[in-house]
Amino acid sequence: MVQFSLWDIFGFLLGALRWTAALSLIAFFGGGLAGLGLLLLRFTKLRGVATAVAWYVQIFQGTPLLMQLFLVYFGLALLGMDTSPLVAASTCLTLYASAYLTEIWRGCVNAVPKGQWEASTSLALTYTQQMRYVILPQALRVSIAPTVGFMVQIIKGTALASVIGFVELTKAGQMISNATYQPFLAYSFVGLLYFVLCYPLSWWSQRLENRRLA
Amino acid sequence: MIEFSFGTVLAQWPMLLRGLVLTVVLTAISAVLGALVGTACAWARLHGGPILKRVVGAYVELVRNTPFIVQLFFIFFGLPSLGLRLSVEVACVLAMVFNLGAYACEIVRAGLQSTPKGQLEAALSLALTPWQTFLYVVLPPALARIWPALVSQIIIIMLGSAVCGQISAEELSQAANLIASRTFRNFESYIIVTAIYLLLAIALRQLLYWVGPRFIFSRR
Repeated sequence: MVQFSLWDIFGFLLGALRWTAALSLIAFFGGGLAGLGLLLLRFTKLRGVATAVAWYVQIFQGTPLLMQLFLVYFGLALLGMDTSPLVAASTCLTLYASAYLTEIWRGCVNAVPKGQWEASTSLALTYTQQMRYVILPQALRVSIAPTVGFMVQIIKGTALASVIGFVELTKAGQMISNATYQPFLAYSFVGLLYFVLCYPLSWWSQRLENRRLA
Repeated sequence: MIEFSFGTVLAQWPMLLRGLVLTVVLTAISAVLGALVGTACAWARLHGGPILKRVVGAYVELVRNTPFIVQLFFIFFGLPSLGLRLSVEVACVLAMVFNLGAYACEIVRAGLQSTPKGQLEAALSLALTPWQTFLYVVLPPALARIWPALVSQIIIIMLGSAVCGQISAEELSQAANLIASRTFRNFESYIIVTAIYLLLAIALRQLLYWVGPRFIFSRR
């Protein structure tokens, strides 16, 4: 029987941690871009468009991420695309992040006083100019703390990619657990590594929030 | 051309129904226990001794910075090494309560902290004991203030319970997995179950918004 040293286990998990980080970054930046687009649509005067975005958000916030992953995984296959777990997980988490980020940022835009909208309208700025020069810069200040906080949620969300067979930290933990028969040790390490990744972000988010309110 | 066959999946409705029932039961038990744990922890974080405050603080940060699926695996696969063997359902409830408790703690704490000082002084002047003050003066309006946030968190834990299928609890998402492997209609099974989750989330929010003001923080 092969013996695994603690260092072997930890090294393997560290290697998998890179994939958790990579998937999180893809989802965060992809979701951020898509979310920004959706945000701009959300505030247009076109009634149907804003409602459609609201439903998009409701669907992602009202269904389990796990089901979303399965749907994207099998849905892409139905469309005849070659679905690797990485592609499916990235696509799904990007969509998921875009819905949440749109909703978070919508709150931030709403926090901009109404007078700013009226003033910029009275200056005959177009919608794009209004957003670009007046509203978004002010909303940005409010949005930093909750956005950083949401990164933690994305990192935790990537753990579900293990279920469709993507080898990131959680899947690596399962593999270690199965190979060493030491689930307690494996999942303790996995939990610890997630904590090391997430806690600084949580702490930073909290500090930004406190400083903004101070 | 893609052909969908939702009928094949819907024909397995008894399985969907059983899954739905387990999801609802798991959520109901965890919501009640989780809210109680959360309230107790919030009280401890504000009024407990220095050690208790630290312990509760560590618990909250630990839960909030690790994924639910890892918490569940740790409880179900990890704890038996310490001699604590749990049935699937008990492990699910334990993980959900453990998870919700930490989030609820922070939510309830925010509500408790926003109690106006005058309320406490009034309670003191009426010679209420600290316990009476907490139970009758501080807690009900605090719950009323944070109710929307708490309801959202309960919905998040309900959606999170989909992960319980991974330790083969036969809840709604596991029903989808089983039906998918029986009928080979993967996409259709997951679409239907996802729609059920969506309806469940909407219904649960309506229900809790109705229940809260009437039974939980009603003014008598």
